[in-house]
Amino acid sequence: MMSKILNWIDLRYPLTSTWEQHLSKYYAPKNFNFWYYFGSLALLVLVIQIVTGIFLAMHFKPDAATAFASTEYIMRDVPWGWLVRYMHSTGASMFFIAIYLHMFRGLIYGSFKKPRELLWVIGMLIYVALMAEAFMGYLLPWGQMSYWGGQVIISLFGAIPAIGEPLALWIRGDFVIADATLNRFFAFHVIAIPLILVILVFVHIIALHKVGSNNPDGVNIKEHKDKNGVPLDGIPFHPYYTLKDIVGIGVFMMIFFAIVFFAPEMGGYFIEHANFIPANPMATPEHIAPLWYFTPFYAILRAVPDKFMGVVAMGAAIMILFALPWIDRGKVLSIRYRSVAYKVLIAIFVISFFVLGYLGMQPATATMTLIAQIASIAYFGFFIALFFISKNEKTGEVPKRVT
Amino acid sequence: MSDNIDTKKRRTLLGATVAVGTVAGVGAVYPLLASMQPSARALAAGASVEIDISNLQIGQQVTVEWRGKPVWIVRRSKKSLEDLATLNDSLVDPNSDVPQQPEYAKNANRSIKDEFLVIVGICTHLGCVPTYRPDIAPADLGADWKGGFFCPCHGSTFDLAGRVYKGVPAPTNLVVPPYKYLSEAKLLIGEGEIT
Repeated sequence: MMSKILNWIDLRYPLTSTWEQHLSKYYAPKNFNFWYYFGSLALLVLVIQIVTGIFLAMHFKPDAATAFASTEYIMRDVPWGWLVRYMHSTGASMFFIAIYLHMFRGLIYGSFKKPRELLWVIGMLIYVALMAEAFMGYLLPWGQMSYWGGQVIISLFGAIPAIGEPLALWIRGDFVIADATLNRFFAFHVIAIPLILVILVFVHIIALHKVGSNNPDGVNIKEHKDKNGVPLDGIPFHPYYTLKDIVGIGVFMMIFFAIVFFAPEMGGYFIEHANFIPANPMATPEHIAPLWYFTPFYAILRAVPDKFMGVVAMGAAIMILFALPWIDRGKVLSIRYRSVAYKVLIAIFVISFFVLGYLGMQPATATMTLIAQIASIAYFGFFIALFFISKNEKTGEVPKRVT
Repeated sequence: MSDNIDTKKRRTLLGATVAVGTVAGVGAVYPLLASMQPSARALAAGASVEIDISNLQIGQQVTVEWRGKPVWIVRRSKKSLEDLATLNDSLVDPNSDVPQQPEYAKNANRSIKDEFLVIVGICTHLGCVPTYRPDIAPADLGADWKGGFFCPCHGSTFDLAGRVYKGVPAPTNLVVPPYKYLSEAKLLIGEGEIT
């Protein structure tokens, strides 16, 4: 009976063949490690965000006069509203944790290299869309930090010569951040960007399944196939990796809900304290800082004394990641078989990213600014040094098969 | 009907279709993007304000509201203007290097006409409204006080050009809004010489 129904569907829709192509007969390398959890975890968080977002939108009012109150209404009066809201706010930060670890995996195992350059670029587009989504979402509760953070970020566009001010005016829809801004950010946050995100994630997975997954050894498993054309080092994604990912999801969910239940504000890192005060255009908070996932770039912005050049440097810090497949000219993919110089560079990059991330949260004193300038140079220096070192890098022996 | 395909004609028709389609596309996108411009209501609320300053006495301060913010106009005396130059050493940004004013007000007195100071009356620290204190050397502000603005919230002090003193919480000078003279007696706040 079931096979008859399936057969009927398969004649009209490629159900079985799609299932096989992307799951039961998609062969992934058998040596995936811890780092390979974060792609599926990011997908999980995307689902959490969309589902909780739908239910938040049922109670939230995208209106400057009532937005803050409606957020508090969700927290206090809506049954289970606090859970839905804290899942959504925790999800935002967890999304970035998953994405940053996912990107770092791609960086150290060379997952952006030929033939996966486009896969990396599509992933970068997802990252940029995610930043826009998070920024616009943070304005919605209309707290002090929503308002002033938005003010600071939108005024960055104003630094662009000639078109800057009219552009900032167009984005805000008013002379200051106002009801018009909140209303349109709501539209972008709940419709436009999520739609783009879902489409990009779909394209990302299609691109991945075209070129095949990389692995911690950076070995191409398609070079050694059995007589049926199945890679010898490959195992079907389903059931092997679906089950592996369920273990990851289990652990992740424990951490996720520990935060939701016991530390939803995460000491001001996931929801800043000033955001529990309603937005007041007349009073600037003592210290304005973006949320943690933007702070490395914010620190680069502040490190440059000139406002416009600061905006350029901040933009370049993100844009340079798009060019990574062409900056790293090394033929060896995985960090396991690369030179000591490369490993040192990766260490410098990670340290500079964390230092910048910390500095972006602190008030800009003279010492802090100097450290931020050094860390910014280290950040960009990583890419420049990588470009030169990777050309004639002395690498180790890459095994023929996965280890 | 001939089996011959006129590829040249096809190409021409394709080109024409793309051209017309592009025009239609631009025409369709324009209203959507333009709808994000400030609405008529936002424009009306943010319109510039006209004020007659012919009756303003020396030392007097008037307040007008512009975009929901208090804007002060202060008529400064000759003595006050002379005092401004002597204060430079005790100020954070005496030359107004931080862009807190339009280009035409980036000068010693931070104004178009020396006498008339036009300034947004919101403290650059946390947005309180400072108090106008034109009195010389009052007891609470010390013997060196040459007149200026004092913020009661956290004690920030500004001189009569809205320049912030050193050692107070406010980081920058008070903001000079865009403005211009329509005539000798009429000021327009909200629109500058160069918009």
